[in-house]
Amino acid sequence: MIGYYLNLALRSLKRNKVLTALMVLAIAVGIGASMTTLTVLHVLSGDPLPGKSGELYYPQIDPQDARGMMPGTMPPEQVTLIDGTNLLRARQADRQALMAGGAVPIQPDASALDPFYVEARYTTADFFAMFDVPFLYGHGWTGIDDEAHVRDVVIARELNEKLFKGADSVGRTLRIGGTMFRIAGVLDSWRPNPHFYDLTTGSYNYYEQAFLPLQTALELRFAKNGSNDCWGNGTGGVVGGAYPSATCVWLQFWVELDSPARAAAYRQFLVRYSEEQKALGRFQRAPNVQLRNLMQWLDHNGVVPSDVRLQAWLAFGFLLVCLVNTVGLMLAKFLRRSGELGVRRALGASRRALLAQLLIESAVVGTAGGIGGLLLAFFGLWLVRHRSSDYAALVHLDAAMLLVTFALAISASLLAGLLPAWRASKVAPALQLKSN
Amino acid sequence: MDILPILATLRRHKVILWLLMLEIALSCAIICNGVFLIAQRLQHMDIPSGVAEHELVQIQQAPIVPPPDRYARAQEDLAMLRQIPGVRAVGMSNQVPFGGSSSNGNVMLSPTQPHPTLSAAEYFGENLVQTLGLHLIAGRTLRTDEYVDADVVIRALADGSSEGFPMPMLVSQALAVRLWPQQNPLGKLIWLAPTASFRVVGVVETLARANAYNTATAQYSMIIPLHMGADKDQSYLLRTRPEDRPRVLAAAVAALKRADPARVIMHSRSFDQIRSDYFQDDQAMAGMLVSVIVAVLLVTGLGIVGLASFWVAQRRKQIGIRRALGATRIDILHYFQTENFLIVTFGIVIGMLLAYGLSLWLMMHYELPHLPGIYFPVGALALWIIGQLAVLGPALRAAAVPPVVATRSV
Repeated sequence: MIGYYLNLALRSLKRNKVLTALMVLAIAVGIGASMTTLTVLHVLSGDPLPGKSGELYYPQIDPQDARGMMPGTMPPEQVTLIDGTNLLRARQADRQALMAGGAVPIQPDASALDPFYVEARYTTADFFAMFDVPFLYGHGWTGIDDEAHVRDVVIARELNEKLFKGADSVGRTLRIGGTMFRIAGVLDSWRPNPHFYDLTTGSYNYYEQAFLPLQTALELRFAKNGSNDCWGNGTGGVVGGAYPSATCVWLQFWVELDSPARAAAYRQFLVRYSEEQKALGRFQRAPNVQLRNLMQWLDHNGVVPSDVRLQAWLAFGFLLVCLVNTVGLMLAKFLRRSGELGVRRALGASRRALLAQLLIESAVVGTAGGIGGLLLAFFGLWLVRHRSSDYAALVHLDAAMLLVTFALAISASLLAGLLPAWRASKVAPALQLKSN
Repeated sequence: MDILPILATLRRHKVILWLLMLEIALSCAIICNGVFLIAQRLQHMDIPSGVAEHELVQIQQAPIVPPPDRYARAQEDLAMLRQIPGVRAVGMSNQVPFGGSSSNGNVMLSPTQPHPTLSAAEYFGENLVQTLGLHLIAGRTLRTDEYVDADVVIRALADGSSEGFPMPMLVSQALAVRLWPQQNPLGKLIWLAPTASFRVVGVVETLARANAYNTATAQYSMIIPLHMGADKDQSYLLRTRPEDRPRVLAAAVAALKRADPARVIMHSRSFDQIRSDYFQDDQAMAGMLVSVIVAVLLVTGLGIVGLASFWVAQRRKQIGIRRALGATRIDILHYFQTENFLIVTFGIVIGMLLAYGLSLWLMMHYELPHLPGIYFPVGALALWIIGQLAVLGPALRAAAVPPVVATRSV
């Protein structure tokens, strides 16, 4: 029966090509726009470390002076160098890393290459294991290396391609800002999006090319990137070579805690630490701590640009207009065929059979609209990728979104077909036959 | 034209009528709010910078190994850049309007104030008023002998010493009005840290911040006479005639590279480029909104064409009868045009309510002001026009129905 209805549907659609084309086009444009914006939203609000993100936490403590303290305010979004170092050395979590963003000058040996700056991350040993960073060659450095200020560097695959044509460069030397470093490891492609561990350098499409031990970088006075927030007489390193002063927060501190119980214990530790520091006179405020996990941290920072959400809503509003439009057109189309439907009814077709026939016709329109919508979505995403927003390059359609597109197109057109089909299947056969 | 018979006819086609009205109402709500959002974006993109935008170029350079004396290096670079033919002024700054990466200070009106009054941009560097082309509207500009090396100030702050303060500073007019409404700002003091005070010696008309996201605070800026070293984050600014910009930029980059081949040029661009880079997302959003509005109008128009055609086809016989009874072609044409006008008007009335609701929802979720009344007629006008255009074809076809149709049985 379905085959027969399909045949009928195709015949009917072919009979009025313009109307059919209008319906297919309306659905395709609506679906194309919605899927484009939905894909952007889906990509931008994704989990950068699936499976791991629940165990990663971002501790916040409040070292600010008592001036201007108001109950209920959030602690600063980063930590001071002193607190970061204290928390790192306390080793109360399974893993912990203290870090800051920066930029370092690379001086290649090959005279064909001019020196250039790359984005860098100054961090501590656990960074790589904690964030499941994949290595192509070699490995990171150890906690002992951190304390010893070793001149080790881990470089990204891209930089390895540029400097060493992709060869295993572990053990070779690299001159950075006038100092010789030993390459300890080369990362495989690793592009977490959003750039969750430091949102102050830009949330999307920001990738470091070099990873250096934090203490080494600080000793060599390498330039820092990202934001800082000071109080009292603090100055935020307005001059190169100077780091923000002791009353500034400018580093990020992450911990790995494998269970909620461990997380609760760590929160207690942070409260204890704040109390200790207050007793020592360094902190002036009552303990004010936060311990958010990775996704909560992203959510708290609202990393998905609000424009992207607005665009998605707009596209869905547009899809709604397209659907109402399709309902109207289908209704017109089906009612016009009242005569034909009356004949089918008179020959014994049940109302249900008529309904099935008309819904199959809607589904055919929906499938065509879905295919058209998919093509338009590919085109839309291509347009988005050619924009210069920082997230533009990330946007791709994955298998899940592909399925969503088709499900949306077909269910939308079935929904649009429901009312017209129901109205049309109610034709009184006698009346239709008589009037003809 | 008699409206009552049209209404009587419409009452017999309730479902299609409601669908059309719903579509028009939705379109109206989207168009009213969409046009408003576009206006918001364009207004945002129009924030004045206060600088001579078409005459400025920026070069950001970074040394590979820090020079022994960063301040001396900066002065050498500036002297060299001044020699380039066509350069009218040379300056140096830690940030530029719309440059993105910003330096801001918390402003206090007394050293013991518990909360800062506001945050304002801190512009440091040489010769900014002349190079940027700022308009001084009160007081005087900064004198060369008032400049201090940034390191000196940082050291004083770290020691908690108030030696050397208060320093002279310039403020933007917006900041002066906000801090001292209806008072003369000249001679007033502000604190950027408990021991660091500054005295206002001059007011510039406009100077936008590097991160001018919020229109209300976009013009809160201060200029402080600090010498900056030749570091990675500082910019050399050159002012020249608009047509000389590409040549001056190339010559300046070449001269800097010649003086120290080991340095890296991080950015070299005109101020026009800075502005368009900064507002590219707003530009893209405005473009997206325009396409959505055009698409909505197009889809609605095509929907009206489709349904009107259906109605004309369905009523061929009635049209024939009316023609046979003496109605002219114009009468038939007007009938369909009036019918469309009525339906669109009903739709617009519902659409206004929807638009208002949508605007309330947008206000809740996106920091947007109230939808001004002026945008309601915009949506209505667009839909009336598209409705009349869309119905014209089917209505002409209806008018062409010959009276003889009335006599045919099928």
